[in-house]
Amino acid sequence: MKLVQLIEYLRNRLKAVVRICFGLLALLILLDALLVNKEHAHTRIEHFPAFWSIFGFLGCVVIIIASKWFGHAGIMTREDYYDE
Amino acid sequence: MNSFWLHPSLILIVGALLLPLVPARLKKVYLLLIPVLVFVRTLNLSQGSFAPVHFLDWVLVFGRVDKLSLVFGYIMSLMCMLGTLYGLHVKENAQHIASWIYVAGSIGAIFAGDFITLFLFWEVMAFSSVFLIWFRRRPESLSAGLRYLLVHVAGGLALLGGIVLHCRTTGSWSFNALDVHHPTAAIYLILIGFILNAAVPPFHAWLPDAYGEATFNGSVFMCAFTTKTAVYALCRGFAGMEILVPLGVIMALYGVVYAVLENDCRRLLAYHIISQVGYMVAGVGLGTAMAINGACAHAFAHILYKGLLFMGCGAVLHMTGESKFTELGGLWKKMPWTFVFTLIGGLSISAFPLFSGFVSKSMIVAAGFEEHKYWVGFFLLLASAGTFLHTGLKVPYFIWFGKNQPKPEVLNRVAEPPINMMVAMAIASALCIFIGCYTPYLYRMLPFPVDYQPYTAYHISETLQILLFTGVGFFLLLQKLNPEPKISLDLDWFYRMGGRAFLWGARKPMQAVDTFVGELYRLAGLIPLMKTARLAGLFDNGVIDGAVDGFAQSVRSLGRRLRSAQRGQMQENLAFAFAVAALLIVAFVIYSYR
Repeated sequence: MKLVQLIEYLRNRLKAVVRICFGLLALLILLDALLVNKEHAHTRIEHFPAFWSIFGFLGCVVIIIASKWFGHAGIMTREDYYDE
Repeated sequence: MNSFWLHPSLILIVGALLLPLVPARLKKVYLLLIPVLVFVRTLNLSQGSFAPVHFLDWVLVFGRVDKLSLVFGYIMSLMCMLGTLYGLHVKENAQHIASWIYVAGSIGAIFAGDFITLFLFWEVMAFSSVFLIWFRRRPESLSAGLRYLLVHVAGGLALLGGIVLHCRTTGSWSFNALDVHHPTAAIYLILIGFILNAAVPPFHAWLPDAYGEATFNGSVFMCAFTTKTAVYALCRGFAGMEILVPLGVIMALYGVVYAVLENDCRRLLAYHIISQVGYMVAGVGLGTAMAINGACAHAFAHILYKGLLFMGCGAVLHMTGESKFTELGGLWKKMPWTFVFTLIGGLSISAFPLFSGFVSKSMIVAAGFEEHKYWVGFFLLLASAGTFLHTGLKVPYFIWFGKNQPKPEVLNRVAEPPINMMVAMAIASALCIFIGCYTPYLYRMLPFPVDYQPYTAYHISETLQILLFTGVGFFLLLQKLNPEPKISLDLDWFYRMGGRAFLWGARKPMQAVDTFVGELYRLAGLIPLMKTARLAGLFDNGVIDGAVDGFAQSVRSLGRRLRSAQRGQMQENLAFAFAVAALLIVAFVIYSYR
């Protein structure tokens, strides 16, 4: 099956894939800073270069850490908790 | 106008009831035919108010067709086709009957023009969908179904109470926009009924509980209909209700937080329903034309991509028997196409450009910014980062890649699911991409004219940055995200443990009281009783027998004496009797005057 081969091909070249991804991220920030018209931004803070990149990254980190903290504060429990 | 108006739900109900009579070799054709007929009928509906039925003092309107009900009716009947196709190979008729009647309830509620009809179909939904849980036939399924029913009956009661109060005061049973700026107790009760079905916290815990436990294709149906019918009802009745904005934002984030903790992929998706419905609820609360359009568009897109995601995870469950991340992993070699379809669902829910979520979700966010409620916009964007984190990354990664592996015997027999499931997923994926690429298809159906263009350079750049850098965060913190074989306590704790407290109360204190009363009875009742009985025996033997014997003896001797006094003289006898009577009267008078 061709799809499996494609996934395998990419998995075997994981380092290159990761590098290309980082390259694309850098390109995205560059394009945003130089080309994108920010006239339609809703607030002033969005004019800060790479604002939404920082928002996305920090948002993700905050969600993971805060949720895990919440979970380990007693919300997560053993799987047979409700079993009699 | 009393001419016959063919209700789409009627086709489904009659179709469901006739299903057992269909010969086995025609069954698959029949299963596909009925939903197609329903869809064609919905497409051909013309706008207006149809099928009024006079019942007692009421006029029930079964067919209120306008743009708002049409867009929901359209997507519901479309999803009915996809869901039935997905479960086509299920042999048990009862499962198909339950899901069709469930859809019929949902479509019926959407076209209902008055509160009574709405309530009728609302309850049909609850009582038919519970079978989709029970048909999984695990020991847990029974209790999960009962909990589901319990919660929905409670919600239905709130709704009914609200409806009756509301109609008493206004005198009208028709279901239209309510006076959300001056809400009465009746309006709040109706709101509780609606938001319980929309799974708004604190009335949300039934959703992951039920959808994680339903059959593999039962969840595909359930994820589409109950919450979205509630969103329709909110759009119709509660547009502009301020309190729904914060509730919606809380929902959107609440689902994200619990999704981090969740180890069961279908429960994770269920928490993301809560999160996504949060956008729609917030949109209803904002209440502007753009926000209502956004809520409808997002409901439309959501039904497709969430159905697709539940199909993907349902396929994994169907083929492996597992739905926990800790028991899954590395399936990419075995189920690569299921992976691609699930990924498309994940990218759609995350609102990637060119996928359906991008053109619908952003309308609500933009409506928030336009109303200058910046916190709404920013929190909803934060929630969308969380959505990509879980549904776009965590679900595909930990099922199809990741370090965990299913048991070897499971891994050996796993393959792609049956062809009908694959086709259903392929169609749903194609629709997700089509909606994302060709915006007029969806925008033309919306209740208000659309003046919104999602594909601006700024919006694309903003979305890509948020999502891709969320991806960076995901891979950096992958260790922290490793699934844990745990469950997370949610607000269902209160009624699960509340029920148990009741049982415990019945068992422990009640038992103790019972034992105590029994002991008390033994000590204070039985023992004295025995003693009294013994005394009574003695008394009976000694005193009563003696007394009776003695009494007989004395009567006999008295008789002997009386015989000697009795000489047959009536006057003497009367004089004796009068003397005794006079003595008694004198004694009485003296006694009472003292």
